[in-house]
Amino acid sequence: MSILVDKNTKVITQGITGATGLFHAQGAREYGTQMVGGVTPGKGGTTIDGFPVFDTVEDAVKATGANASVIYVPPIATADAIMEAVEAGIELVICITEGVPVLDMVKVNKYMEGKSCRLIGPNCPGVITPGECKIGIMPGYIHKPGPVGVVSRSGTLTYEAVWQLTTRNIGQTTCVGIGGDPVNGTSHLDVLKMFENDPATEAVIMIGEIGGDAEEQAAAYVRDHMTKPVAAFIAGATAPAGKRMGHAGAIISGGKGDAASKKEFLRECGVSVADSPAEMAEALLKIWQP
Amino acid sequence: MNIHEYQAKAILRNFGVPVPEGHVVYNGNSARDWAKRLGDGPYAIKAQIHAGGRGKGGGVKIAKNADEAKKYARAMFGMTLVTHQTGPEGKTVKRVLIESGCDIADEFYVSFLVDRATDMVTLMASAEGGMDIEEVAAKTPEKLFFEPIDPVVGLTAFQARKVAFKLGFGIAQVKQAVPLLMNLYKAFIETDCALLEINPLVLTGDGTLICLDAKLNIDDNALFRHIRIRDLRDYDEEDAMEIEASQYDLSYIALDGNIGCMVNGAGLAMATMDIIKHYGGDPANFLDVGGGATIERVTEAFKLILSDDKVKGILVNIFGGIMKCDVIATGVIEAAKQIGVTVPLVVRLEGTNVGLGKKLLAESGLNIVSADGMADAAQKIVKAVQSQGE
Repeated sequence: MSILVDKNTKVITQGITGATGLFHAQGAREYGTQMVGGVTPGKGGTTIDGFPVFDTVEDAVKATGANASVIYVPPIATADAIMEAVEAGIELVICITEGVPVLDMVKVNKYMEGKSCRLIGPNCPGVITPGECKIGIMPGYIHKPGPVGVVSRSGTLTYEAVWQLTTRNIGQTTCVGIGGDPVNGTSHLDVLKMFENDPATEAVIMIGEIGGDAEEQAAAYVRDHMTKPVAAFIAGATAPAGKRMGHAGAIISGGKGDAASKKEFLRECGVSVADSPAEMAEALLKIWQP
Repeated sequence: MNIHEYQAKAILRNFGVPVPEGHVVYNGNSARDWAKRLGDGPYAIKAQIHAGGRGKGGGVKIAKNADEAKKYARAMFGMTLVTHQTGPEGKTVKRVLIESGCDIADEFYVSFLVDRATDMVTLMASAEGGMDIEEVAAKTPEKLFFEPIDPVVGLTAFQARKVAFKLGFGIAQVKQAVPLLMNLYKAFIETDCALLEINPLVLTGDGTLICLDAKLNIDDNALFRHIRIRDLRDYDEEDAMEIEASQYDLSYIALDGNIGCMVNGAGLAMATMDIIKHYGGDPANFLDVGGGATIERVTEAFKLILSDDKVKGILVNIFGGIMKCDVIATGVIEAAKQIGVTVPLVVRLEGTNVGLGKKLLAESGLNIVSADGMADAAQKIVKAVQSQGE
């Protein structure tokens, strides 16, 4: 078992004829993901490196039976691409694109209300269920199948956590990168709920960062509802207030969202918090043994 | 992206929002000329920098007549304003706004921003205008009102009325406040703001509402559809090194420490700063070289780090995913040769082709310390930098 994606997931790539879209579609296919085709308006009916290309997501779904989509289109067209996938009945949309205007995401989230589609991202590395399905830009080989769920805003910091697990011979159920933007589709809390309900997941590593209060909401859920152990790291303890650290969401404003207060609240909620990013796996092993 | 007050007011005026008559000037004489054109005094003379708290630092003056306007404006040009938002080094005044003064009976606070908790644009208002709103939020949160706005219908008249009544306005002011708030919202949406703040919104002696100050922050991600606003970017207001970094798609922020960092990915870059601190060191910068770093970008990143003369050592921390470690290693070696890195350099590589990458570094003949894992890397660079001080 796993969450979100597995060996039965059929994926189309929106923006497949772009260099980035094609490169990562090929990488996912090599990993063993069922990459069933792609969409580029105006190039329907052609194929690219064996992938059938369609003009619309609707056409692609009809022809391939795809239930997931990964988006690599430029920011100017991203909101539209997400909504097109939702409308075509895609169950899971993973948006890799970085630099989407925040008001576009406000509209998209309103549009998705009441619809049975889940959005991951934007500005995220993607989702991987090791050994079964990789959707996104993460290096597949650092992962291994196993019992730990990983959720994070950041790409490379997720790889760091995964690598700490894999080198200790501990595998992962699913690793989810939710993205670094202030308004996104799926929160830490959403993913924790999924891990709690997934029988194969025994423990979770949650990686957060400064800004907002999404980590606090997730921690309150751990305290009140979660039966599985959770370890965490919060990046940005050294970040000065008012400076945006790369991710649009990673900013301490109005005296809120700093790392120290986040860590303290997480600890109060029973989360094992790593003080150093080199100790994420160790923090988990303090409260859980595989 | 921040813009100046006078630019924000010009945008708001186009959306039918009441703002004082005024003009930006670049020298004392034109301050006098524009004062005369604005009619009788008093006038407000306001230093234009991208930071709040200008009044306390002497950046806002009230002039009785045109000659006084010239005098005050002259004194402001070239002056270094230090406020709680500028940092200790302050900002130099190069532009001054001269405006018709107004008779203030009462002050209010109004802002629009994207609330991360609800994913909606929210109208925030308070009768405690003219004050630091963060202080109001901390001390008397009950005096702040919030109105979340449905993105499909926008700010409705009844929501605007509700807020206006909560602010204690009489019906004559409510009738002004409703279109004022709705036009502010329209401006927020149509210019892709991240923040639109009016502090204070003023009630004048004759019962008129007017936006005495205006702060607009535009979503950087949306600038591609606002070419004219993008042109308002004032490079004088930004850190020169951050501007240079952005030309090479590097995300760089200068800090106060002495250990330069070069990392791929924003989260890992933040975590690298944290682990340096964890082992007793002090990071000199945040630097994300991004996912597709080329030899050129790595070289530019090194140049940037070394142009900060506080830097006494460099830590390179790369988790190569799509990025191959041998490519990064080649970049580091090339850059180190080209620039002649004289400070200790610790490199931690992990990921694709890591063995080859480490081999290249070892055989380069350069004084590069290789590290295994983040903890080892941080400890090595902290030790190397601290031993120089002894």
